[in-house]
Amino acid sequence: MALTTECPECAAQVPLADDVMAGEIVQCPECGRDLETVAGDPWALVPAPEEEEDWGE
Amino acid sequence: MSKPRVGVLLSRVRVEEKLLLEAFQRRGVSTEAFDDRDLIFELGGTSPLPVDIVLERCINHSRALFALRILADAGIPCVNEYGVALICGNKIETTSVLAAAGVPQPRCLVAFTPGSALEAIERLGYPVVLKPAVGSWGRLVAKVNDRESAEALLEHKEVLGSYHHSIFYIQEFVAKPGRDIRSFVIGDRTVAAIYRYADHWITNTARGGRAENCPVTPEIDRLSRAAARAVGGGVLAIDLLERPSGEILVNEVNYTMEFRNSVPVTGVPIPDLVVEHVLDVAAAA
Repeated sequence: MALTTECPECAAQVPLADDVMAGEIVQCPECGRDLETVAGDPWALVPAPEEEEDWGE
Repeated sequence: MSKPRVGVLLSRVRVEEKLLLEAFQRRGVSTEAFDDRDLIFELGGTSPLPVDIVLERCINHSRALFALRILADAGIPCVNEYGVALICGNKIETTSVLAAAGVPQPRCLVAFTPGSALEAIERLGYPVVLKPAVGSWGRLVAKVNDRESAEALLEHKEVLGSYHHSIFYIQEFVAKPGRDIRSFVIGDRTVAAIYRYADHWITNTARGGRAENCPVTPEIDRLSRAAARAVGGGVLAIDLLERPSGEILVNEVNYTMEFRNSVPVTGVPIPDLVVEHVLDVAAAA
């Protein structure tokens, strides 16, 4: 069964990849919020950090 | 040396970090990821991280810079090196170093007050491009078309920005042909290049630009390697602009390069080449 967990913003079920890692950014398919994955059983999601001024490559 | 213990310093796991971690795994090299939000460094203490080499992939330039400094002083080799991050993370540093090395670039003026910045803009001639010295992904980059816009923008920067927005980096606007070029240099090789197409004058793929393969011509190779050498070398993405005459200029050098859009269009296994480079650096250390 595909891995899903709840969006903290809108409570929708957000699908996670089989090889999900902690610290990945996923987007809620319903509300569009960027979310960060938190390892655990079950996996959790928290709002992703907002882009800061010195972010980049 | 047997296989080194590789630390990957990161802020979040982007596609690039996943690809790199997978590439290490393919080589049978164990890695440990360190989230920069969890790190506490005791300066002058014991080895800050239990690894032989660090691949730096932070998304925050400031965190990357200070972590690299501390790791280097503790004797841990890093890719890229502190000095490279210091230069590439700041456009004034980059442009100055490239200029000293004779690498062709768009004209650039630096000024420290709105008054002198306006004078510099008029000396360069409209349109010009104003960029924050520190920043990425085309953020807060502005094309200034006339004096009224220049005056308004300079005032806004001075009043609303933090102090480093009052260091003015003013660049000649290059009328590029709806695209720019990004090349990838690893060690002393230009391993791949892409065209980045966009309808907007900012062609960054982080802003929705479309990537296509770009053949690495001798000129692209020469300029890319010259730019990489000038900033200290390592794993670097070089942004190149084409003038209408066809002359190619170096625009920027990125030291924590993103490449997710470039692997599929070039067919070049960039993550594996990065891993190879990291292992070479570890072996030479």
